[in-house]
Amino acid sequence: MSKTPLCLAMAFALCATPVQAKKSKAAPEAAKPAPYASTYRPITSPPVLLRNATVLTGTGERLDDADVLMQDGKIQAVGKNLAAPQGALSVDATGKWITPGIIDTHSHLGVYPSPGIDSTGDGNEMTSPVTAEVWAEHSVWPQDAGFAKALAGGVTSLQILPGSANLIGGRSVILKNVAATTVQDMKFPDAPHGIKMACGENPKRVYGNKGGPATRMGNMAGFREAFQNAEGYRRQLDRGETPEPNLRNETLAGVMRGDITVNIHCYRADEMAQMIDLSREFGFKIASFHHAVEAYKVADLLARENICGALWADWWGFKLEAYDGIEENIALVDRVPGGCAIVHSDSSEGIQRLNQEAAKVIASSKRVNIDITPEHAIRWLTSNAAKALRIDDRTGSLQAGKMADVVVWNGMPFSTYAKAEKVYIDGALLYDRGNRALQPRVDFILGQEGQP
Amino acid sequence: MSRRILFLGLMAFAFGAQAQNVLIRNATVHTAGAQGTLQNADVLVQGGIIRAVGRNLANTGNAPVVDAGGKPLTPGLFGGITDIGLEEISAEDSTVDADLNLKTGESGLIETLRPEFDATRAYNPRSTLLAVARVGGMSFTALNTGGSLLPGQGGVMRLDGGYEPLRRTPFIRIGSSQLNESGSSRAAQFMLLEQAFAEAKLPVAGDPRLLTAAGRNALNAAALGKRFLVTVNREADIRQALKLSSKTGIRIAIVGGAEAWRLSDELAAAKVPVFLDAMDNLPGSFEQIGASEENAVRLHRAGVSVSFINGNDSSHNARKVRQIAGVAVANGLPWEAGLAGITSAPAKALGVDSKIGSIKVGKTADLVLWTGDPLDVASTASVMWLAGKNTPLVSRQTLLRDRYLAPEGPLPRAYKP
Repeated sequence: MSKTPLCLAMAFALCATPVQAKKSKAAPEAAKPAPYASTYRPITSPPVLLRNATVLTGTGERLDDADVLMQDGKIQAVGKNLAAPQGALSVDATGKWITPGIIDTHSHLGVYPSPGIDSTGDGNEMTSPVTAEVWAEHSVWPQDAGFAKALAGGVTSLQILPGSANLIGGRSVILKNVAATTVQDMKFPDAPHGIKMACGENPKRVYGNKGGPATRMGNMAGFREAFQNAEGYRRQLDRGETPEPNLRNETLAGVMRGDITVNIHCYRADEMAQMIDLSREFGFKIASFHHAVEAYKVADLLARENICGALWADWWGFKLEAYDGIEENIALVDRVPGGCAIVHSDSSEGIQRLNQEAAKVIASSKRVNIDITPEHAIRWLTSNAAKALRIDDRTGSLQAGKMADVVVWNGMPFSTYAKAEKVYIDGALLYDRGNRALQPRVDFILGQEGQP
Repeated sequence: MSRRILFLGLMAFAFGAQAQNVLIRNATVHTAGAQGTLQNADVLVQGGIIRAVGRNLANTGNAPVVDAGGKPLTPGLFGGITDIGLEEISAEDSTVDADLNLKTGESGLIETLRPEFDATRAYNPRSTLLAVARVGGMSFTALNTGGSLLPGQGGVMRLDGGYEPLRRTPFIRIGSSQLNESGSSRAAQFMLLEQAFAEAKLPVAGDPRLLTAAGRNALNAAALGKRFLVTVNREADIRQALKLSSKTGIRIAIVGGAEAWRLSDELAAAKVPVFLDAMDNLPGSFEQIGASEENAVRLHRAGVSVSFINGNDSSHNARKVRQIAGVAVANGLPWEAGLAGITSAPAKALGVDSKIGSIKVGKTADLVLWTGDPLDVASTASVMWLAGKNTPLVSRQTLLRDRYLAPEGPLPRAYKP
């Protein structure tokens, strides 16, 4: 009966097109935009001064009775008694809590949208175990009602990944969570692509009777073969030559050259160690293991390798490789010096309540005398997530000069009763719980008489 | 404070023969019943049964005393409609027994309408899912069955390791997941169900076109006193389910009910309870275009009894039902109704309220002490009693946690407890 989260959908896909990444080299004439480039344009807003709130900066700090000033789409200042510039909207936030916008590093919104029917299931290119050539952004349906619900939960940026059916599922895309008609209008500007890889049960289940891999050793051989095949392509690029066009190798060479961040869906501790060896063989860096329900068993290893764990608070048991899940996984990854824990969703429901997922971790950790403060925990869903996506120079914390992606909560965010009241993206108020006119509704639900 | 409580709880457990007696003092007692919430109250348990609820109770029989320190005490919670004990690993078919999937013949009908199927016969109380649910404060669940229009019976199980259900519960499933066996039309589902109920009532065994003889008996027996749990989401289908109920004379509850709020008044008038997932707020299919996080509060305002289920990952994450009730409260449902939705309301809808679901004299002493507001994810269960017996909050998960919490030591972790 349970709609078990088999997570064929999966975790990170990389989304940087080499064309974009090499923008500076190409320096094309302004008239010719790069193909697949972001056309995102922030919505303009007068300056906004949020006054007198409890502010969690995302850098580990908590400021009481503090103000946040946003101007020209950027955080201008955070501190006490800030002066409102000319023409600023001043908002009394007494009693409210303010955090950076939430970032979900593992979403399938748009590629497995609502409604989840055959014609909308665009997340898994299950035609071959290696489909490094596909890009999630070419599947994203911007009319997924899930985006608006995620916004109501405070999510301002998210990574959309291909599913986990394949060893190498394709490239991810990072989006700003804005309502738009095209995915290009949502693409986070100049964000690197990610790649989505998957260990373990899913690829062998999907391909076991379709030519393989049928085993975990088959999985590893499949990864190695794919990267071996791309080595020549990479060497040519390294020498400044132009290789024969090959979409698959273009992505894999991008991984080995460090242009594309690596997201690996991997549950078991021993398999994470195998993937670290794979990364050594081909000289790439793993940004994060996703789902990783056994990350707590190798928390030291992950910290040493500077790999983040993008994790659930409490999912377990839907597959054997998820059998050893514990409620303190995130806390045990987090407590190691240098540990990088991220709360992710992989779910259109979970993405609406990442604050509550973190709250569960805080509560269960208290049972074993691990005390976690709100100013620390907020990093799991903001700055740590930004770091893993390599967008932390622009978002994920409330620091001057960063994108003004900001959430105003009705109280301390780590509670079932916490609600995002106002959500700003690049300084513009794009969700207001108290104003129906500032709550986006996608085309799909328009005119449906059953709608609330 | 919480450590002291735990210590006292364990002491009570160590009393052995007296294990089913306990006097819990100084709790915020959420009775989930007519008494509402009692501050600084005591609960006296003898022989596993609640004997007294009130302030400054006399310790008749000299039961071991636990000081609750003012913390919230609730009835053991309802874990939803689940496959707990019927499913160990969802993706491993060899460990899953919840649904009947007989091979269908040409018509596909005889094989799929099997109301005599009793899923509780496959129930395994040694499953690791029970302890995980208990750690989350859950003490009972309704075992589910599915796979067809008339998939048979589950049952209400206390999560105490026993085998026998308190009561068996028949199921009906309507909607898109059953279209293959109903000629690709929802209309045919109601047609077949009506015909099956009519056939069951035939005075003598007639042409067994739809049901086996055992199926006719089972359906008759179920129709006599039990409430059918009807899984259905679309408003139009819920309306037809209400019609089916009055036409066949069976009592029903709605399960899922994503669009139930659109029929609040009709459901209230027919006294049909609803089991719903308050996080269900997306148009996830064309059967739930009207899904809303305000489903629970709207039904409640109209007078419909609302119970909570986890519609997604219902078994392994049964503990999430507590969060789901809290989310309903965050979206307007009164707090007391939120608690009732995971205690007294499901107990009543499932016909087991004479035994469990509230803190009341005469009820089985399934109780949970909390670190704080039980509907808030910021709180956890600190002590659980099942029939008055302190039940350690230990699961395979807490054991794994403890193994990896401490440094490794000279020998590998496999040598740790």
